[in-house]
Amino acid sequence: MLLVYCPHCDVERAETEFSCRGQAHIARPSDPSQTSDEDWVNYLYVRANTKGVYAERWRHIHGCGRFFNAVRDTVSDKFLKFYKAGESMPDLEALAKEAGK
Amino acid sequence: MKRYSFLELAKNAFSAHQNWGRQWRSPEPKAEYDVVIVGAGGHGLATAYYLAKQHGIRNVAVIEKGWLGGGNTGRNTTIVRSNYLWEESAALYNHAIGLWQGLSQDLNYNVMYSSRGVMMLAHTVHDVQVAQRHIHANRLAGVQNEWLTPEQAREYCPPLNISKNIRYPVMGAALQRVGGTARHDAVAWGYARGADDLGVDIIQNCAVTGIKRGQDGAVEGVETSKGFIKAKKIGVVAAGHTSTVMDMAGVRMPLESYPLQALVSEPVKPAFPCVVMSNTIHAYISQSDKGELVIGAGTDQFISYSQTGGIHITNHTIDAICELFPHFRRMRMLRNWGGIVDVTPDRSPILSKTPVPGLYVNCGWGTGGFKATPGSGHVFAHTIAKDEPHRINAPFTIDRFRTGRLIDEAAAAAVAH
Ligand SMILES: Cc1cc2nc3c(=O)[nH]c(=O)nc-3n(C[C@H](O)[C@H](O)[C@H](O)COP(=O)(O)OP(=O)(O)OC[C@H]3O[C@@H](n4cnc5c(N)ncnc54)[C@H](O)[C@@H]3O)c2cc1C
Ligand SMILES: [Zn+2]
Repeated sequence: MLLVYCPHCDVERAETEFSCRGQAHIARPSDPSQTSDEDWVNYLYVRANTKGVYAERWRHIHGCGRFFNAVRDTVSDKFLKFYKAGESMPDLEALAKEAGK
Repeated sequence: MKRYSFLELAKNAFSAHQNWGRQWRSPEPKAEYDVVIVGAGGHGLATAYYLAKQHGIRNVAVIEKGWLGGGNTGRNTTIVRSNYLWEESAALYNHAIGLWQGLSQDLNYNVMYSSRGVMMLAHTVHDVQVAQRHIHANRLAGVQNEWLTPEQAREYCPPLNISKNIRYPVMGAALQRVGGTARHDAVAWGYARGADDLGVDIIQNCAVTGIKRGQDGAVEGVETSKGFIKAKKIGVVAAGHTSTVMDMAGVRMPLESYPLQALVSEPVKPAFPCVVMSNTIHAYISQSDKGELVIGAGTDQFISYSQTGGIHITNHTIDAICELFPHFRRMRMLRNWGGIVDVTPDRSPILSKTPVPGLYVNCGWGTGGFKATPGSGHVFAHTIAKDEPHRINAPFTIDRFRTGRLIDEAAAAAVAH
């Protein structure tokens, strides 16, 4: 079980308080009628599924109920960073280097 | 190949079974192959076997980064069944059931396929409706599946607790009698031995690190930890690692890889006659021929390549099993482990050509591909040999995510083995 930090509540809690909502920073196409089939496929179904350092969404369902993002190494499952939804994606390569990957 | 027989067994008894030959070679890779298969799990080995046997394509290598059968093939709970909802899936899994029945004879290798019956429990009114809908759909598709009342379910599986006063009361069950289990390692080993005998090179401890494409975009070969190997065609059958391998060819996949766990108990005398599964509470249980209870749990909620899962996931499964089968409460568990399963958005596999000429992919089996091993290898070999899908896997393209023709077992089967 992972320990997850909620940047809204400023607490670290057991994973069972949270729900993981997949890859972060996937933007919904802004002009649906002009969006190609390929771009819809990429938005709806294609995922990076990164083996390594990766940004994902979490929600504190049994706490404040709010969304936030986390950077995690999917090989060791260690979290490298937590940040609020709406903040821009951190430099994943730099975080990986810092963690000695 | 030395065929296994009763006579061989008797002969080898005289030398205390010390002189059995090796089951397959460990060759160095050749410079070039007609087909390179990436991943020596059951599906990759079966593909190579049917390429050689049915299509006469014998200049084939199966390249494996670890040891053959060490991926999900050697980590699964070995449940075999075919009572899926949609016609496309029922056809695919039923094709496998057909092959399972003659597989030991075909491979001259005992894969211990045992059709002891798979019983899927219903715990809620919704479960009952879904199960009965499955049964009707299956009946129309010619797939065996029948409804049991709680009393009939207990008759079929006497250890089952059908008390109404438990957290997950049993309201009935769907039974597929032809379902059952097979010995996972023997499936990998049997296909490996059969393929090797037909001339296929199985190259273990050799990771594929790159896929080379030519000017025209078509594949030219694979970079590996043992150097470059030329290939006319490449079939990727890498389960949880499919996204990473396909990335090497510049193809992004609709997949996510999750840890899925299983555990086994200490071995005991035969106490459990069939396979029981419950999708609602993610509990799967059967007893192996060695006597261990083989128990499957659910997936973690996040993607991971760690090959371990959260302890709360197995706890949840064990809680449910202790309630459904109270006399297992004092059993001790011997080992638990995780495998990395590749899940598609519609929970159906992809057996398909790709936008890259000469590159084929067989993946997305998620939590339930062991049962399909023979059928999957069979139709995927056809796809590679003919450069077009077999009738049975034609709906299972990558392109379905663009056209919208999904095969939505996600809604239908929840997550099922
Ligand atoms: C705990 C658990 C329980 C399960 N229970 C069931 C069940 O009861 N019934 C059922 O039907 N299914 C079940 N499954 C699912 C089933 O195990 C899989 O769908 C099936 O075994 C997949 O077979 P495969 O040959 O495609 O994959 P694998 O056996 O995983 O083979 C893929 C191979 O590719 C290799 N590979 C990866 N990357 C590379 C590379 N770069 N270079 C070279 N080689 C590479 C890997 O090392 C691996 O050996 C379960 C899975 C798990 C983990
Ligand atoms: Zn919070």
